[in-house]
Amino acid sequence: MKILTTNYITCAVKACKTSSNAFPLQFRDAELVQEELELNEEFIKNILPRIEWPALVQTAASLGFTTLPSTKPEGDLDEQMIKDLHTLLVETQVISGKLVCGNCQHEYNIHQGIANFLLPNHLV
Amino acid sequence: MSRPEDTAPPDLFYDDSEAKKYTSSSRIQSIQASMTRRCLELLDLPNSSLILDIGCGSGLSGEILDEEGHTWIGMDISASMLAVALDRDTTGDLLLADMGQGIPFRPGTFDAAVSVSAVQWLCNAESSDVTAQGRLSRFFDGLYMSLKRGGKAVLQFYPKNELQRTMITGAAVKAGFGAGLLEDDPETKNQKLYLVLTVGSGGELAGKDITESVRKMEGVEVIDQRGRGVVRKNKGETAKEWIMRKKDRDRKKGKVVKKDSKYTGRKRRIAF
Ligand SMILES: C[S@@+](CC[C@H](N)C(=O)[O-])C[C@H]1O[C@@H](n2cnc3c(N)ncnc32)[C@H](O)[C@@H]1O
Ligand SMILES: [Zn+2]
Repeated sequence: MKILTTNYITCAVKACKTSSNAFPLQFRDAELVQEELELNEEFIKNILPRIEWPALVQTAASLGFTTLPSTKPEGDLDEQMIKDLHTLLVETQVISGKLVCGNCQHEYNIHQGIANFLLPNHLV
Repeated sequence: MSRPEDTAPPDLFYDDSEAKKYTSSSRIQSIQASMTRRCLELLDLPNSSLILDIGCGSGLSGEILDEEGHTWIGMDISASMLAVALDRDTTGDLLLADMGQGIPFRPGTFDAAVSVSAVQWLCNAESSDVTAQGRLSRFFDGLYMSLKRGGKAVLQFYPKNELQRTMITGAAVKAGFGAGLLEDDPETKNQKLYLVLTVGSGGELAGKDITESVRKMEGVEVIDQRGRGVVRKNKGETAKEWIMRKKDRDRKKGKVVKKDSKYTGRKRRIAF
């Protein structure tokens, strides 16, 4: 699972839709890989406005990336910033571990990079 | 031949051997690719969009999104299909998830969504604790939320019959989408049905008819022109009765919108 996705994904449990503790989901026992992928500058610029920056800073820090600026870069991004964002959001992936909801404590397992979001029906 | 949807639930039907067979068939590869291209054509997106692929399977549809320079996130209920996607080194991020349980993303996440040959499975999901209606509305409500304002979705699907077609389009409209249906090659064995959805725009774009952007697309028939709220479920009426009544209403009101296009070479019937 790409770091990008973790900034958009939410707990699927119904009761967590309105809880502010539910986002972002938190990693536990995360094993990381870095996959070299072609830089798409336009894509980074397209999605940046939709990134929850404080959540990204929190997720990144929990995985050991602590050099992110504390506020979202605005205006014309310099080349290095775009590259760094690409590396973090697109190339860095969690291949195994868990995503845990801060509200209901539900654990979503990640196996071979794929998070399991199937829920028992009564939680939906 | 019986429909796969009638034989088993999707996660059991698409087991390891079916997933391999499905993905390695060159016939299927080319059909899925051309339908995905058609979806993209209808979406008419700027480059480098973020797209949700619903029922992404082994990534045959996603591959085309990738080819066109988009980034996608896929969800599928079959672990076997996703395993084949992994083997094939697809670029999209993959999620094991059931669309009938909703779309677990923040509001406004995606520029667009596509679904190729998957949504009809939602009609077959009756069990003791869930209804097809309930799952359809969870799916479309979630999809509506997960798209950004002004976002679009195109869903190619294979309804078994008129009832399924109405169930699916009805649930989409109820969720708030501006909706249109497009039929390519009708009444042939290559017939393909596309549900085109737009998310109403708030804020700076408010005041524009939410169905306007659907109506502009060539060959698309608008299903509901602000019809929401016109037909309400009456007390005591079953979901099925409601759908039938709504269908009658839509038939009476249904406007046909058809424009010339580079597809005029193909026969197309606008139904409803
Ligand atoms: C015919 S395949 C299409 C796969 C891919 N879109 C393509 O074009 O090749 C249908 C897919 O829908 C998936 N599916 C069916 N019901 C689903 C559900 N409730 N949630 C998520 N995926 C589902 C199946 O597992 C299967 O992979
Ligand atoms: Zn939760």
